[in-house]
Amino acid sequence: MRYLPLTDADRREMLATIGVRSIDELFRDVPEAARREGPIPDLSMHLGELEVERIFSAYAGANLSPAYTPSFLGAGAYRHHVPAAVDHLIQRGEFLTSYTPYQPEITQGTLQYLFEFQTQVALLTGMDVANASMYDGSTGASEAVLMANRITRRSKAVLSGGLHPHYRAVIETTARWQGFFAIAGAPDVAGTEDLIASIDKDTSCVVVQNPSLFGHVRDLTPLAEACHARGALLIVVVTEIVSLGLVTPPGAMGADIVVCEGQSLGVGLGFGGPYVGLFATRDKFVRQMPGRLVGETVDADGKRGFVLTLSTREQHIRREKATSNICTNAGLCALAFTIHLTLLGEAGFRRLAELNHANASAFAERLAALPGVELVNDTFFNEFTLRLPKPAAPIIELLASQRIMPGVPVSRLIPDDPSVDNLLLVAVTETATEHGMGPAFEALKGVL
Amino acid sequence: MVQSLDRSQGRAGAPAVNGDAAPATFTGNRGLQLEEKLIFEMGQHGRCGVDLPEPVAAKDRLGALRREGEIGLPGLAEPQVVQHYTRLSQKNFAIDSGLYPLGSCTMKHNPRLNEKIARLSGLGDIHPLQPVSTVQGALAVIDTLAHWLKTLTGMPAVAMSPAAGAHGEMCGMMAIAAALEARGEGHRKTVLVPESAHGTNPATAAALGFVVKGIPADSRGRVDVAALKAALGPDVAAIMLTNPNTCGLFENDIREVADAVHAAGGYFYCDGANYNAIVGKVRPGDLGVDCMHINLHKTFSTPHGGGGPGAGPVVLSERLARFAPRPWIVRGENGWDLLEKGIVDDAAPLGRMKAFHGQMGMFTRALAYILSHGADGLRQVAEDAVLNANYVLARLKNDLSPAFDGPCMHECLFDDSFLKDTGITTLDFAKAMIDEGYHPMTMYFPLVVHGALLIEPTETQGKEEIDKFCDTLIDLARRAKSGTATADFKAAPMLAPRRRLDETLAARKPVLRWRPTNREPGDGPLRQAAE
Amino acid sequence: MTILKFSDQHEWIRVEGDVGTVGISDYAQQQLGDVVFVELPETGRAVDKGGEIAVVESVKAASDIYAPVSGEIVEVNAALSESPGDVNVDPMGKAWFFRIRLSNTADLDALMDQAAYDAFVATLS
Repeated sequence: MRYLPLTDADRREMLATIGVRSIDELFRDVPEAARREGPIPDLSMHLGELEVERIFSAYAGANLSPAYTPSFLGAGAYRHHVPAAVDHLIQRGEFLTSYTPYQPEITQGTLQYLFEFQTQVALLTGMDVANASMYDGSTGASEAVLMANRITRRSKAVLSGGLHPHYRAVIETTARWQGFFAIAGAPDVAGTEDLIASIDKDTSCVVVQNPSLFGHVRDLTPLAEACHARGALLIVVVTEIVSLGLVTPPGAMGADIVVCEGQSLGVGLGFGGPYVGLFATRDKFVRQMPGRLVGETVDADGKRGFVLTLSTREQHIRREKATSNICTNAGLCALAFTIHLTLLGEAGFRRLAELNHANASAFAERLAALPGVELVNDTFFNEFTLRLPKPAAPIIELLASQRIMPGVPVSRLIPDDPSVDNLLLVAVTETATEHGMGPAFEALKGVL
Repeated sequence: MVQSLDRSQGRAGAPAVNGDAAPATFTGNRGLQLEEKLIFEMGQHGRCGVDLPEPVAAKDRLGALRREGEIGLPGLAEPQVVQHYTRLSQKNFAIDSGLYPLGSCTMKHNPRLNEKIARLSGLGDIHPLQPVSTVQGALAVIDTLAHWLKTLTGMPAVAMSPAAGAHGEMCGMMAIAAALEARGEGHRKTVLVPESAHGTNPATAAALGFVVKGIPADSRGRVDVAALKAALGPDVAAIMLTNPNTCGLFENDIREVADAVHAAGGYFYCDGANYNAIVGKVRPGDLGVDCMHINLHKTFSTPHGGGGPGAGPVVLSERLARFAPRPWIVRGENGWDLLEKGIVDDAAPLGRMKAFHGQMGMFTRALAYILSHGADGLRQVAEDAVLNANYVLARLKNDLSPAFDGPCMHECLFDDSFLKDTGITTLDFAKAMIDEGYHPMTMYFPLVVHGALLIEPTETQGKEEIDKFCDTLIDLARRAKSGTATADFKAAPMLAPRRRLDETLAARKPVLRWRPTNREPGDGPLRQAAE
Repeated sequence: MTILKFSDQHEWIRVEGDVGTVGISDYAQQQLGDVVFVELPETGRAVDKGGEIAVVESVKAASDIYAPVSGEIVEVNAALSESPGDVNVDPMGKAWFFRIRLSNTADLDALMDQAAYDAFVATLS
């Protein structure tokens, strides 16, 4: 077995040093009835690399990769080009096979990139401070609501109808079992909902996504002001981080907590995970933040160094009084994110956002000219909603059989509301070319 | 997963003992060890590490919300970026560097085949919301891994979506809360947690509104069964028990514990952090467990990645299976289906744990690990892990002070009595290991042992490496006891990229990001400029 | 007249009239190590004797501070947020935590005086 260095001779010698005759003696604390003898039923014996690769090639071959087909899927996960250096660097063993930097003297590499990551996230979102990442955007959103509840000592969250339904479901699940209220608006297809009227003296926070599920880009300043006037916090969710290269950041519109899905930079689609949640807030709320934080300090020689800090918020110290039960972050995905963003820099990140927006704008105009198709949005970044003349889901199924994936039917996310059945979400990134847009356009035209 | 509780770690160490220290260099670099600025101190306008085309002309659809002003991101070219992260990587200790005996964290080798497989086109690059007809292979991967997790643990169901161990704990405890509610016994609000438990256990229970009641350990390092039984009653919702436990010992009364908890109407949550010690040898389902999360990065060796991402599938007993969260993967007439809506049979999903279906990239790696090891290899994994830990215990028992009698499982626990009267603490001893080229063991955890040192060698270290490691620890222990080198221990590490860091300063005046106003590029520490 | 008393949770209270000033003892700060943060209550908050009212944190530990008496918080020591290290330097003086208006002066009877507290601390090591 290629991963196990001990030889039988080693094992015999070691058993002798320990003073037992067999390995079974070391398992003697296990109740006899619970010991399984013999091989595991139906599991083959160990396999070589070639055999394992063959098995997985077959699995992979049974899927349709968006890399080789016209694909305009978004709704919380976006296909972007990731520079080759990103994957090379994150596979360096010193990053890949290290753990949480408990020993700062020998993990400055991890600590410094997390400090840089925190700074980048704060800059993108326009906030004061960010943590070292969360599992993903949806769990981050749920933690943000809990944080708002702690800060305001209130227990009612108002969720926008433009919030991704899966994010909403994650928050509602937390609400149900952790004991607070989550009031969700109807799907905000038109991008005109008014949440201000929903804020009352029990409201801890309003959670709003920008751009929204349907793509609308909205000025949240009046909402922020209304929240603050009534003692509530504004939580802004961003599922497409590239939008912040072009769209006014939530921090500039008065957000108190910003949660983003960072998958678009560095991470890749990966069938839904692992992704990386970004979490930023104001300085005054930092001690109520969940998750790991890296801070700057000095070592015994006075040299700059970095450490995990404000750990007393966390479960390993506070136990049942912790701000969250979270133990890990999304370290390696945060590394991929930060490397990709470093490669882009100011100029590249803005250019990337411009490309996304321009491609989406052009394709939207083209699709809206199809007979019976309506572009729902006035504003959007790289994803927009089309109203088709008939239900979207069967069309998407049909086109999938032609190896074309023009978008995500809203009914996939909101299954029980016939009013959204004809809606299709279309995401267009820098990866879109005429080779994709042309066939997708023609295919849609053919089935409508 | 655990961290020092020694108060002295908050302070920087003693001044350098300048005996045979290396001479200062002009650059501050020392051979391969290069000082590295922050990207924000290196960036220049006009530099970029990517080449992107001009955007096509198209209508502006941003309304009035075009971002104004600079974001403040630094510009670097690709070679600078590659050098930056390469140099940073060289400041890290890792499994690939050497023995990393961090108890309870299972720092075993990460097979590179698994990295390759996770990146295969068709697995690494597919979208979570593609039509299910286009992702049949991916759903098969998830269901196949689910099958082996159920088979190995002897449990009938598994929830695959939790993103990490603590998230799995949350999911499992939600399932228990859901089951209690369904039985009309939502008033059961007490969760029993041994004092040796990971901090996540009480944090999870408290977050769900349970009242945490601590159960002491007995003199053998196991849960005190008499105290446990005395705490059982009509208010008890569950016990959260780690097995093998955080002292590295198998809870040999576990059946009795499970039966007593069940008889009292409660559920048995098993923290599966240490499942790697028994994989293929013992099925938690045979021990009376109702649910258990599995840290794929421990037992099935998905990379720790500097602290994530993890994955925390939760196996569930018959009584809890129907509460598993969405989405459910089911096999229908037309192949695999992913149920985002609707439910099967009498299911009552507790809700949704995360946006999509789970940590797919970790699933492919874990399944590759299981298939690579196979039925014979997985058992050998558990046996070699336990053998290596007992060998370390045997080699060190005369020079360090074992907390409990053996045999241990996959890790061995020492207390700090071997350092008594030396003036040297567990922390000092651990920091001295750094200079010898080892990552320290887990320190000051579990809390039930004074000055704990928890060593987990894992099965992927050979005898030669383990012998050298034990020889080094014995040498260090003898030097500590000699009383001649106390100052050296206090000053350690001397040879790492950084010496002890001032955590008190970091916490009193948190500097959590770089700010352009605070300093000039190349300046000394930020805080001196700031204050 | 000024009364100085101690609780078995290592808080001290110095009472003048019906207002008591509360902090932690020298023994408590030694046990905690370098204090990095003190979380103080809002003024105006009413608290029952024994209720959690503040948190004091070192790098690796966080300890709850319990109200030694019942009453209403009338003032907090805002300077501690800037210089939490004062708790280690002058725990009985400059580093007081809050002032509380006692709702029941009889609460003081259950607390220890200096001599009793010193004897109590002596039993702890």
